[in-house]
Amino acid sequence: MLKKSLLLLMLLYFVSAVPVFAAPSRNSIQVKGSDTMVNLGQAWAEKYMEENAGSFVAVTGGGSGTGLSSLISGTCDIAMSSRNIKDKEIALARQRGIDPNEIKVGLDGLAVVVNPSNPVDKLTVGQLADIFTGKITNWKELGGEDAKIVLLSREVNSGTHVYFKEHILRKNDPTSKEEFAPSALMLSSSQAIADEIAGNPSAIGYYGMGYISSKQKPVAIANDEASEYVEPTIENVISGKYPISRPMFLYTKGEPEGLVKKFIDYTLCPEGQNIVLETDFVPITK
Amino acid sequence: MVVRKVKEFIIEKLILICGIASIFFVLLIFLFLAKEGLAVFKIVSPSSFLGGKSWYPISEPPQLGILPLILGSAIVTLGAAVISVPIGVGCAIYIAEIAPLKIKEVLKAGIELLAAIPSVVLGFIGMVTLVPMVKNVFHLPTGLTALSGSIMLAFMAMPTIVSIAEDALYSVPKTYKEGAFALGATHWQTIWRVMLPAASSGILAAVMLGIGRVIGETMAVMMITGNSAVIPQSILVPVRTLTATIAAEMGEAVVGSEHYFALFAIGIVLFVISFAINVTADLFLHKRQ
Repeated sequence: MLKKSLLLLMLLYFVSAVPVFAAPSRNSIQVKGSDTMVNLGQAWAEKYMEENAGSFVAVTGGGSGTGLSSLISGTCDIAMSSRNIKDKEIALARQRGIDPNEIKVGLDGLAVVVNPSNPVDKLTVGQLADIFTGKITNWKELGGEDAKIVLLSREVNSGTHVYFKEHILRKNDPTSKEEFAPSALMLSSSQAIADEIAGNPSAIGYYGMGYISSKQKPVAIANDEASEYVEPTIENVISGKYPISRPMFLYTKGEPEGLVKKFIDYTLCPEGQNIVLETDFVPITK
Repeated sequence: MVVRKVKEFIIEKLILICGIASIFFVLLIFLFLAKEGLAVFKIVSPSSFLGGKSWYPISEPPQLGILPLILGSAIVTLGAAVISVPIGVGCAIYIAEIAPLKIKEVLKAGIELLAAIPSVVLGFIGMVTLVPMVKNVFHLPTGLTALSGSIMLAFMAMPTIVSIAEDALYSVPKTYKEGAFALGATHWQTIWRVMLPAASSGILAAVMLGIGRVIGETMAVMMITGNSAVIPQSILVPVRTLTATIAAEMGEAVVGSEHYFALFAIGIVLFVISFAINVTADLFLHKRQ
């Protein structure tokens, strides 16, 4: 008797494992990607689900690269990305019969932050590049105290990392070979950078404006020494004065349809764009 | 009767399948690792992969040199071994030889509890307590260093080392000890000259398994070693380990890209290292029997 029930249990075990592989139902979508945008995505999803009972939007982070690679491998419906999709990724997607469709949903100002006790409060883009490539290693050279600069960067799966490398370190020059100094600490989240900045007077890091709190001091940035130093604020990003801002995208497989389309339309409507503003980003439609 | 025999046969075969399953899975995993990982050697040669000094996997063209990562793993593991082996073996000697029964029970329970703490919790605790401490004690620019990782991992290796080493000491025949006492040896002389040499192969196995645990650990090291891919000049600088590299970058790597193959190749390197460590530990254990 015992053996029989054991057999039955084993059988049940194998049978019950099957439905896990069944297709997810039509009224739920998976949104995945940029850690910078994950709070925004969640805010959208919550409001959207409140207004459309019965549909389910799941939002997870992991980094822009993570989002795009899961869109390509088919494990999510919408990828959030804080950088443009790379040609290589488009080629890989096409191989799998997916045509990535790009929708711009907002802007993000990238803040460069230091500990509030650090006397340095303004830098040029050129100085930033020299700091993060390891050419300037001491705060003394920038008018600060005699202390070694501790570089904090996001991991390579972060859109923020890629954006910063291409636009600051390489100054938008596609032939440039500049890299982050190997001594830069790679932290796995923007929050980890914020925490390390708060506790380390000689650290410098970068992340989306939304993560700035009273424990970190954003540095005013200028394109070069002759131009004006600008604080990272929403007004300065909208007016285009602040030099380091980047678009935020949603990527879908081909033209959006069904629930995916409804959700995307919601993010672009005035209410959705208002959420963009509330989560410390910059809306694209005024 | 026939029904019984058939039943017996089916059950036996089912259990056989369960037994073979684990070997089968290991084999499958290894084949998959090899298939995906060896593809990277079409792009870089094995010597420039293992000996290359820069790790920039997402640049064009990618630079895939894992020497800084191997050395990072090595220095963290070495540091953890230096800390955990003396303490772990000392603790095992105390539990097996000296401690009264009551203290012995409490200590054993405590060590089991230490093994039960999830590594992410240890990593988190390390990040908020140990990291600032290391920074202040050594006057470093940052506390996210190999040393912080070593200290935290030493905690993780300790339960393995203590329980296996204690077991080894416990299984030394009682006659050895009685013989030593009969010859007039003190307790310490007995432990140092008789018990430890007799249990040495088991203790070595304990150390190897502890090291195996450390080298495969991911979460805690990723949180507290700073993850910068430089060749470490001392234990007081940030390092990036093999495991942390895979964990941090697997999300970015698009299936089929060079980066993806390189991460699997790192997996092979890790697999080979832990396989070697486990086989060595096994050899020691069998020598003892």
